[in-house]
Amino acid sequence: MAQGASVDSAEVAKFEAIADEWWDPNGKFRPLHMLNPCRLGYAVDQIAAQHGRDPAARRPFEGLSILDIGCGGGLLAEPMARLGARVTGVDPAERNIPVARIHAARMELDIDYRVSTAEALVEAGESFDAVLNMEVVEHVPDPQAYLDACSALVKPGGIMICSTINRNPKSYMMAIVGAEQVMRWLPRGTHDWRKFITPDELFDMIGKSGLTPVDRKGFQFNPLTWSWRVSERDLSVNYVTAAVRPAVA
Amino acid sequence: MNGNGIIRADVAIAGGGLIGPALALSLARAGFEVAVIDRLAEPVRADPDFDGRAYAVALASAQLLGVLGLWRGLEPLAQPIRDIMVSEGAAGSRPGAMLHFDPRETEAGRVGWILEDRFLRRALLEAMDAEPLIRQIAPAEVEGAAFDGPRARLSLADGRSVEAGLAVAADGRRSALGAAAGIRRQVFGYDQTGLVNAIEHDLPHDGVAYQSFFPGGPFAVLPLPGNRSSLVWSERTAEARRLHALPDDLFTEEIAARIGPRLGGIRLAGRRWAYPLDLTLAERYAAPRLALAGDAAHGVHPIAGQGMNMGLRDVAALAEVVVEAARRGEDIGALDVLERYQRWRRFDATAMALGMDALNRLFSNANPVLRGVRDLGLALVGRIGPARRGFMREAAGLAGDLPRMLRGQPL
Repeated sequence: MAQGASVDSAEVAKFEAIADEWWDPNGKFRPLHMLNPCRLGYAVDQIAAQHGRDPAARRPFEGLSILDIGCGGGLLAEPMARLGARVTGVDPAERNIPVARIHAARMELDIDYRVSTAEALVEAGESFDAVLNMEVVEHVPDPQAYLDACSALVKPGGIMICSTINRNPKSYMMAIVGAEQVMRWLPRGTHDWRKFITPDELFDMIGKSGLTPVDRKGFQFNPLTWSWRVSERDLSVNYVTAAVRPAVA
Repeated sequence: MNGNGIIRADVAIAGGGLIGPALALSLARAGFEVAVIDRLAEPVRADPDFDGRAYAVALASAQLLGVLGLWRGLEPLAQPIRDIMVSEGAAGSRPGAMLHFDPRETEAGRVGWILEDRFLRRALLEAMDAEPLIRQIAPAEVEGAAFDGPRARLSLADGRSVEAGLAVAADGRRSALGAAAGIRRQVFGYDQTGLVNAIEHDLPHDGVAYQSFFPGGPFAVLPLPGNRSSLVWSERTAEARRLHALPDDLFTEEIAARIGPRLGGIRLAGRRWAYPLDLTLAERYAAPRLALAGDAAHGVHPIAGQGMNMGLRDVAALAEVVVEAARRGEDIGALDVLERYQRWRRFDATAMALGMDALNRLFSNANPVLRGVRDLGLALVGRIGPARRGFMREAAGLAGDLPRMLRGQPL
C-alpha cells in the first residue's frame, strides 16, 4: 500500500483495523454484508437496463461513471469498479474515506474516494451516469433538499437507485425493536422511526426533484435461509426505487 | 504468462480428473478465464483403452453434461438403467428380500445411465482443449499456496506460480491444496476394500442394475452397452486382498458364484482395480479464496455410485454461486461468497455420505437382528410408494434445492 511521508503510521494502522472491520462479513457490519448481494443485484440490473448493457458480460459498466453516496468502507463502490465503472465514492464521515481507500488499494481497484456530500458535488458541477443513494435518505434532516441535490447529479439518460425503510408499525418492530434492540445488529439510535419514509412519499419527493420514478421493489428478509431477497410486492420494511432523468432529445 | 513465470486467471483449479474439468468448463462457458493444474500430463489422463471403470450417471448429472454440450456425444455410449434390483445375498444361497425400483415411477421416467470412465474423461479433456478460456497446466505439482490479498497464489514445483481471485481444490480425497489451507478432514475407516472390474457375459442384462448386499459388503452389477457389465463390490480388506491376488480364472469363479446363472457364462474385461475404502469429510468447503469440490470435500463409499454425481452437484452449485457473485461485482474469492456454496452443499453432501455409510454398515453385517431390521426396512421401502420414489429421486439427483445446471439450464 502506498503511503505518503505525511501520513502518521499509527493512524494508518488504526484505519487498517477499521477496514478489516468493515469488510468482515461476520463483524460489526454483518447486516450490511447480508443485505449487500440483494441490493447489488437490484442496482446492477437497473443500471444495465437503463444503459443497455449486458449484465452477463464480464465488465458491463465499462465507460460508465457511478457515484456512491455515503460509501462507508466501499461495500457498493468496489463491486461497481469490478464491473468496469469509473467510481466516485463520497462520505461525510472523515474516517470512512481512508478506510475505503486502504481496502480498494488492497483489492487493486482504482476508486475516487472523497470526504464530501451530494450538495458539495452539485456545487462543483459534477454529474454521473448512475447515482447510488442507498440507506442514506432516512438519516438526513431535510430529505427533499437532499434528494434535490442527488437528482441534480444524475446525467440526462442516467439513473438513481435509492433505498430506505418504510414507515409503519411493522417497520418499527423490524428495524428498531428487532434490528437494534433484540438482535443488536445495529447500534441503538441508528434509526429514528419518525424519519422513515413510505414508498409513495419517496416517489413523490423524487418526482419533485426532477427525476422520473420507474420502479420500486422490496428487500425481504427470510429468517429461515437467513438471507435477503428482492420482492415484487412486499415493500413493508426495506425497499428500493429506481428513477431516471430523461435523455435530452 | 508474464516474464516472472506468473500465470493469471480468474479461477485456478487444482485437479484435472473429472470434477476439475467439469467446473472449468462450466465457468469458461460463462466467460471466466480458468487455469487447470494437474500432476499428470493430459495424454496419461485420456488413456483410450477400456480399463473396467464406470460411473452411474444420475439424470441431474446428465443434464449438467448437456448444458456443457457433452451429453449429446456421450449418451449413445452410455447404457440406460431400465430397472434397479436390490437384494441381500450370501454366496451360493438364494437371494433374500428383494427390492425393486422401476425408474418409470420418477417423473423423468429414468434414474440414470452407466458410462465408462474413459468416455467421460475423454469428453471432458477434449472439451477443455477446445475451450480458449481454459489454460491447462500439466504435468505440474502445486507446492505451496497463499490466500491473503486480492488473489490466491499457487506456487508450482517448476518455479512458476498461478494467481487467481479464487482457487478450487478438486484434487481428490487427500486434497493437498485443502491441507495447504489448513482445512482438516475427518476420516472414517471401514476395513473394507473396493474391487472394481468389468465382465462380458453370454446373456443380455436388459438394462437392469443389481445391487446385492453380502456379509462382506455390497456387490453391484451395473449394465454397460452390449453384453458387458461393470462390477463394483467391497469386501473386508483381508478377503479383498486374497481375491485381488487370485489369478483371473479363479477370480472369475468368485464373481460367478456371486452373480449366479442370470447372465450365463462370464469372462473378465479390462483391468482389475482395488481401492481401500474410507469416508473422508472436509471440516469446511470454503475458506478465504479457496473452495473444495468433489472428493476433496467429501470422499464417499462407492456403494451407490454417488461420488461422481455428488461432485457434479458441487460443480453446479459452485459455478452458479461464483457466476452470480461476479455479475453483481462481488469478489468471487470472498469468504461470504464462498460460504453460500458451503451452505448449499454441505448439509446435502454430509447427509448423503452418512446415509451411505449407515447403509453400508447395516448391510455389511451378518448379525441376525440387523438382518431382521434391514429385511423389514427393505420390505417397507418396497411397499411404500412415496418412500421408494423418494429414494429414486435421490438416486436420480433430483431431490433438494437444485442448482440451475442440474435442471439443464445454462448459467
